[in-house]
Amino acid sequence: MRKLAIEKTETLVLTKRKERSPTQAAFRQLMKNKVAVGSGIFLILLIFVTLFVDNSLIALVTKQEIKPLIAPYHFAKTSFIENNAPPGGKFLLGADYLGRDLLSRTLYGARVSLSIAFVASSVSLVIGIIYGLISGYFGGLIDNIMMRIVDYLYGIPFTVFVILMQVVFKAFARRGQATGLMGVLLKANSSMGGMLFLFIAIGLLNWVGMARIARGQVLSYKEKEFVEAARAVGSSDTRIIFRHLLPNILGPCIVRETLMIPTYIFYEAFLSFIGLGVNPPTPSWGIMISESVQGLRSYPFQTFVPGIALTITTLAFNFLGDGLRDAFDPRLRGE
Amino acid sequence: MTKYIIRRILLFIPVLFLLILTTFVLVRIIPGGPFDFVGDRSLPPQVVANLEEKYHINDPIWKQFIDYLWDLISKGDLGPSFRYRGRTVNEIIKESLPISAQLGFLSLLLAIFIGIPAGIIAALKQNSWFDYSSTFVAVIFRSIPNMVLGPLLIWLVALKLGWLPVARWGSLPPFFLGFLPKINMEFFKHAILPAFALGTAYSAGVARLTRGSLLQVIREDYIRTARAKGLSERMVITGHALKNSLIPVITYIGPVFAAVLTGTFIIEHIFGIPGMGKHFITSIGNRDYAIIQGVMLVYSIVLIMTNLLVDITYAWLDPRIRYK
Repeated sequence: MRKLAIEKTETLVLTKRKERSPTQAAFRQLMKNKVAVGSGIFLILLIFVTLFVDNSLIALVTKQEIKPLIAPYHFAKTSFIENNAPPGGKFLLGADYLGRDLLSRTLYGARVSLSIAFVASSVSLVIGIIYGLISGYFGGLIDNIMMRIVDYLYGIPFTVFVILMQVVFKAFARRGQATGLMGVLLKANSSMGGMLFLFIAIGLLNWVGMARIARGQVLSYKEKEFVEAARAVGSSDTRIIFRHLLPNILGPCIVRETLMIPTYIFYEAFLSFIGLGVNPPTPSWGIMISESVQGLRSYPFQTFVPGIALTITTLAFNFLGDGLRDAFDPRLRGE
Repeated sequence: MTKYIIRRILLFIPVLFLLILTTFVLVRIIPGGPFDFVGDRSLPPQVVANLEEKYHINDPIWKQFIDYLWDLISKGDLGPSFRYRGRTVNEIIKESLPISAQLGFLSLLLAIFIGIPAGIIAALKQNSWFDYSSTFVAVIFRSIPNMVLGPLLIWLVALKLGWLPVARWGSLPPFFLGFLPKINMEFFKHAILPAFALGTAYSAGVARLTRGSLLQVIREDYIRTARAKGLSERMVITGHALKNSLIPVITYIGPVFAAVLTGTFIIEHIFGIPGMGKHFITSIGNRDYAIIQGVMLVYSIVLIMTNLLVDITYAWLDPRIRYK
């Protein structure tokens, strides 16, 4: 018998090492960062909570009555016999001085914080990038003028400006009656619980830093060969800016903006704390802390529940932002 | 150098003017005058007319602005408070600004004296457990807002452990030289908690920045040269690396100072400290626009001055900046 020699040929497995785009490589790098991934998952959950804390999103379609979905109670539902109720029992995390459920208010409060984080960063990103693109791409006199404007705006103490804007907005909102554009704004603002004016006040100046970063990025790319090639085949300025430069500078800009988000959340909490934020009874973590801090001796949980929520959220954004930066823009590490 | 400083100062004058103008206009376009009381508290029209006459509210707005600007420049006068009868904004600021400055200064010192050593150790022992844990702790410190850390410290240290007083400030006016407190146990006992609540977050920032910049500097050629000529490691770090690595930290001090100042709004409110921030929050509630305007202006001036100072220090430390 012939020996059946099953030759197991050691085929050299020539699986080609998958080519990865820089984005994919960075994404894999990010996935290795456990803390950043955990923070990302937490934030996605938080976004989910914000969207479905009550059925207002579903009610947009079905036109049904708005009632709490994830939150056990409505944020403004008071119960005077149960004011300052300790955690446990009917109120899982206790109740505040008006007998409002702290858990519900904290969940609703996430809505304000995340909206600010989202809107302020988007506004800053859009305006800043467009401004920086134009300024950096065209250069010369245009660049000079646009950057002098930015220098001036940069000199304005930002907090002072936001506070003043909110003082004025609040005064108009209190007056209530207005016509034309202001009337429309006021109506939209009160239906959003005072958030619209916060968006405007915080978004109005925050793009300045982003404009500088975007301009710097543009300057480093616009002399590259691919831009020259695009120009050689006759692409218009608009096309070069939006098809060739924008995709390249978007990544670093988004990473920087993520790192700014905790600042926006602090701003909202700060303004609400000093009474220039959202309108009561809309819950915001800043308002909840400022309302409860006087009763710290007797009811510390009333301060700590929103406080922990605020801390964990900013912590998650910081960890995620650091992770994104390390993965996508390693040059910035340790800056 | 002198030319640079003059140029920077000239650049700041228009910013300051624009700021004064903006604050003035914004406060004036707020609907309703300061003497519009509603219901029982409303004043008879003659009284309102007299009050408006006294405070020059009927004048055309450009004249009001010129008067305001003139009073501000010639006498540093910020005008009367609309709600505290018979008190001027100047008096209120003069009493409360030193307290805020003391608190802010202590927090800043804390941030620097914790942050810089921590950053240096983390950089020198890069990738050690100290480095990792301090980086981790720094992110946590950075993420705890002072409005959370303040109550936490009060609850833990003052209420549960009873080591330090819960609130108030340990020194009251009159101050030595206008702003220095009497240094005694009472002062420090009251100052420790608020200064910690305010300074911790920035100590994290300072540490991060010091670490990053020192790591960059110790890879430079001149450090290798210093080592090559046989200097002790200690001399290399303290004599050569440190000065240059602290340059970025100094630019960070400006924004930190700004943040510490505005942070005093919250910390003063939480700790019941009678500083400028507390007055500010009260005057927002009272809609005392004269105080809002005055306080905002003082803050702006302080902030702009700080930025100017930081820029000058920066240029002094790093000659490359001057000749740009």
